This record gives sequence, structure tokens and C-alpha cells, in this order.
Amino acid sequence: MMRKNIQLDEQGRLKHLLTLEGLKRELLVEILDTAESFTSVTGQAVKKVPLLRGKTLVNLFFEASTRTLTTFELAAKRLSADVLKINVSTSATSKGESLLDMLRNLEAMHCDMFIVRHGESGAAHFIASHVAPHISVINAGDGRHAHPTQALLDMFTIRRHKGEFGPLTVAIVGDIMHSRVARSQIHALTTLGVDEVRVVGPKTLIPKAVETLGVHVYHDMEYGLEDADVVIMLRLQKERMQGALLPSEHEYYQRYGLTMDKLAAAKTDAIVMHPGPINRGVEIQSEVADSAQSVILEQVSNGVAVRMAVMSMVLGRPAEGGAA
Amino acid sequence: MQPNTDVEQLIAKMAEDIQDKFLQSEQDEVLMIGIHTGGVWVAQRLHQLLKISQPLGALDISFYRDDFSRIGMNPQVKPSKLPVSVDNKHILLVDDILHTGRTIRAAMNELFDYGRPASIRLIVLGERSGRELPIQADVVGQHMSLGPHEHVKLNGPEQLSLTVTTTV
Repeated sequence: MMRKNIQLDEQGRLKHLLTLEGLKRELLVEILDTAESFTSVTGQAVKKVPLLRGKTLVNLFFEASTRTLTTFELAAKRLSADVLKINVSTSATSKGESLLDMLRNLEAMHCDMFIVRHGESGAAHFIASHVAPHISVINAGDGRHAHPTQALLDMFTIRRHKGEFGPLTVAIVGDIMHSRVARSQIHALTTLGVDEVRVVGPKTLIPKAVETLGVHVYHDMEYGLEDADVVIMLRLQKERMQGALLPSEHEYYQRYGLTMDKLAAAKTDAIVMHPGPINRGVEIQSEVADSAQSVILEQVSNGVAVRMAVMSMVLGRPAEGGAA
Repeated sequence: MQPNTDVEQLIAKMAEDIQDKFLQSEQDEVLMIGIHTGGVWVAQRLHQLLKISQPLGALDISFYRDDFSRIGMNPQVKPSKLPVSVDNKHILLVDDILHTGRTIRAAMNELFDYGRPASIRLIVLGERSGRELPIQADVVGQHMSLGPHEHVKLNGPEQLSLTVTTTV
């Protein structure tokens, strides 16, 4: 029996965004199309639309983040929502309050959405299954599991440069094992019908049975990047590494760092992406990061439009059980 | 009532009306903007007939609607495209049907987030009964008296036609 997807409401519309796994292609395309419309807001003298006026959003970040937190906050403000930021490390949970008690308190303050980042896989899902029915939850990264808005903004960036997803070859390079970004990207790319999705990295950083997700595994960078249209570099997650998965940073850079030389194997018009923060000289050469093929800063701008789209879609659902 | 079936003829007459009323001077300062979707179809024709020098703008008011919390996000939302600044421009705002006036309210709010126009004139292909806001058109193709259960729709984009349907 199919388990009910708690991300969707009775009408099949997005209520929470926790993972891209199990979402239909049409829904992903609808998010990307809606995001496209929000890009015009940055062209306005007043960079704001009144869609979420009167809504209160809470950034609940249990794990450090600059880019994601900032772009979520900016996206919420461009939608005219009120945004609270709870610094969880200094909040009452460190005084012994349980997570659920904290959620109950935020609900009592009449908040409408929780944007959650947490070091544990499944944290956003746990919160979504325990909040009051009118509250939406967006996963801003949970453990090694998922980072759906990052993958969506990456898809948005790819579509803007390459048009159709079908004929593309996309290579994701680096620490696939510890990367929630890679996992969400793989779900998004395969759902959108990308012809060939490759993961490239050392055996120790590629999860076993990753092929079952529909990707091809390469351990050699040159073969992995051959004729690629899109090269996605991942950050070497030093803080997540336990044990000797790598001989040394230096050797990693020699084999898997993206240099102009290695990039030459990809198509001449290939774009280079990175979810940030980049480690120059660790997984990517400065020259590549600053080259014309790099779209890394565009990804950041697109992140605002994509998050505006997701937030307005989950909060912009007709009230359940008739008119409000 | 049945609407005039020759929409192109209505548009030609509207163009004459606009020419007389609003295009006697300061042509460069005139900016025509159509409201998605039907308003853009009408505006494309007027823009061509009147040979307006500034490029045509298009407004999608989905982000400014007042019923967002009731009916939710419009899945067919299109980006607004205003190719030149609205500051100090005389705006000719074009829509297909003026009904409650709420679309125009939303459109004006959006325009003011882009800048400060010198003036805004409202041009509509059809004007029907049922206003809920103090908004009136400056140029009207056809006046229609319809009951609350009658709905008028502009079909397009190639061949434009108006149809009236009745719901119970």
C-alpha cells in the first residue's frame, strides 16, 4: 500500500516541502514556472509583493547557515511576510525545553510556517508530522537526507541556461555520501527527465547502491566530465567527515578538484555550479569559480525567486473544507 | 444579451477614441500596458494600430490579488514585463473586461511598486455591470448589462471573440 505523502494536501497541492522524492514532474515544473514570475520582482523599484502580508514565518535553524538562512529571510520579506529568526543554540532547547514544547509555543504565537534546518536526517519530517494542521514546514536541509529548495534553485539555474532537461548530461562531483544537496539534486534531475546523471568521486565518498537512484558512477574525473552540459561541484564537507575517508586534501584536489584543465573534458558551453560555500583550492580552482562558465552567484540570486515560489505555493492554498 | 461578435471592429473604434483623447501630444511619454492574459491580446492590437513608440508592457497581477488567501496561487502566473520605467509616463492600462474593478485595483498597486506614473488611463474592451470598487474606464469598446450569473469571456489569442455564459 502507498504511504500517504504528508507533503501534499487532500487536493494534491504542496503543503510542506520536505523532500523532492515522490513529487511529480508537473509539480516541480510548476514551482520553476512560478519562480520565473518572481524574478520580475527584483526589477521593481519596490522589491516587494503583498502576497504573504500578515503571515508569520519562523526560521528555525538548528545548524549554522548563512546563504540559505539569508535567502529564505529575503524571500519571505519580498513576499511581505513577517519573519522571526530563532537561534536555537541559544534558545530554550538549550535550557532543557523539548522540541515539541518549543513548537507548541510558536504555534501559540500564531505562526504560519516553519523553515527548518537540522543536523539530523528526518528532523523536518518529524516537525511536519507534529505541527498544528494550518502550519506548513519547509526543509532547509536535514542531515544527509535532503535540501529540496537548493536542488530546485539548481534546476531553475540549469533550465535558464540549457532550456530542456531531456537531452542533458549532468555530472555531480565530490562528496556524494554526506551530501543532502546531491541526494535532492539526483531526485530532481531524474524526475525532470535528464538523460544522463553522473556522480563522480572517490569510492569512499560514493554511497553503495547509488545506481538504484538512476545515476552512473565514475571514479575518474576525466571520464566523468566527458561531454557534460552541467558540472555540479559539491563542497568537501570536512565537518561531516569521520575517519580516514580521504588520504589528504591535497590528493583530493589533485584527483577531484575542478581545474580549467579538467573542465576541458566537458562541453565547451558547460556551466559550473556549486551550492556554496566554496572552498577555493580544495574542490574548485579559483580560476574556474570566477570564470565565465561559473553560474555560482546566479544560483544565489535564483535561490530567492525559488524560495518565494515555494513559500507562496504552500501558504497560498485555499483553506481546506470550503471558503475561508 | 449577446455581445458584438466583431471584436476587431470594436478595437479599431477604441483606437480612434484613444487617439482623440490621449495621443494628441507627448507621444514619447505614453506607455501602453496590457493585463494578462486577455488585456495583453487587446493591447497588442491597439499598440500596433496606434503606432505607439514605446514598447508594449505586460502586467500579471497574480501577486497583487486580494483573494490569494481564498483561492491560492495562480498556477498560470507569468512574469510582468515593463520594458521601460513607468516614472513620469502617461500609462494606458488595457484590460479585456472591467467587472468588479478588483483586477484594476491590483494592477495599480503593482504599477506603483515599479515607480510613479504621471497618469493612468483605463482602456477596456468590454465593461459590464457588477462594480465593487470606485473604478471606471476612460475608453470602452462595448458596454454590457449582465446579471450576476452571467459571465463574459474573451477568447484568443489569434481570433478574438467574446462569449457570454450563464451559471445557475
